[in-house]
Amino acid sequence: MAPDPSDKQEQIARLDQGFTQAVPHNRALGLRFIDFAAGEATILLPWAPHLVGNPETGVLHGGAITSLLDATCGAAVFMKLGEPMPIATLDLRIDYLKRGEPRRDVLCKCTCYKVTRHVAFVRGFAYHDSEDDPIAAASGSFIIQGRGHPIVGKGSK
Amino acid sequence: MSDLVRCITEAKATGDYRPVLAMIPYANWLGIDTAEMDGELVAKLRFSDPLIGNPVLPALHGGTIGALIESTAVFRLFWEAETVVIPKIINLTVAYLRSGRPVDTYAQAHTTKHGRRVASVWVEVWQEDRNRPIATGTVNLLIEPLEK
Repeated sequence: MAPDPSDKQEQIARLDQGFTQAVPHNRALGLRFIDFAAGEATILLPWAPHLVGNPETGVLHGGAITSLLDATCGAAVFMKLGEPMPIATLDLRIDYLKRGEPRRDVLCKCTCYKVTRHVAFVRGFAYHDSEDDPIAAASGSFIIQGRGHPIVGKGSK
Repeated sequence: MSDLVRCITEAKATGDYRPVLAMIPYANWLGIDTAEMDGELVAKLRFSDPLIGNPVLPALHGGTIGALIESTAVFRLFWEAETVVIPKIINLTVAYLRSGRPVDTYAQAHTTKHGRRVASVWVEVWQEDRNRPIATGTVNLLIEPLEK
């Protein structure tokens, strides 16, 4: 069946509701779900004065980029799983590759490239214009908690 | 001398880093503060509802814990360095050990290596019980001398 573009816009609106509007911190950051594919999510962080890290340059704080990468990595896992399941970040590594530009929005595209029964593996980039010129790179793993006995959580006390 | 450098210079003399935090819009917005605990200066993330990442549990957003780790590492180097430095984060790795509950969160940084160009800092993050960390982080930072 050929994809209907208006259908995709509707899906994006629904995903935006679920991933950014329904999550208090994502909403507070102003994140917007922009695009998706199988195992892939793209989220936008709009520049805002209260998210600035260095008042002398106007560049966004690394912490805001970290939250963007974490949120987009998590969204990519959902896009791979295809059904809502509770997940939790197990670990996240972020490399800061170059300084962000002042007063500019940041896009983030992450791909979930492998899912096992309990763990999902993700990588992605944050950038202004192109993924080929990234500001930061992320690599993370997530525990999938909805499948059988939880391997973290209650047992970790 | 820039305002930020002047502010860090003063903080190094007084030991009060809150004026530096007050100059960083994001740190203010997120709720990063300092606290004294058992005679030790630690970083504090004041709980507020917009920090929630999982409204069902509820639990803190992983990104807010990452942001606290980054800030704690940077402030550790402000405090430790003999001169005023503006460290730049090269990378960080966060291990999420427990979900962050909707309460205040604390962090302390320990410098594993402080070289001339690069520092490696280990950060522990906890809430009510320091012996039950909710996350740990390793941060590599580049230390560039300030332009005279």
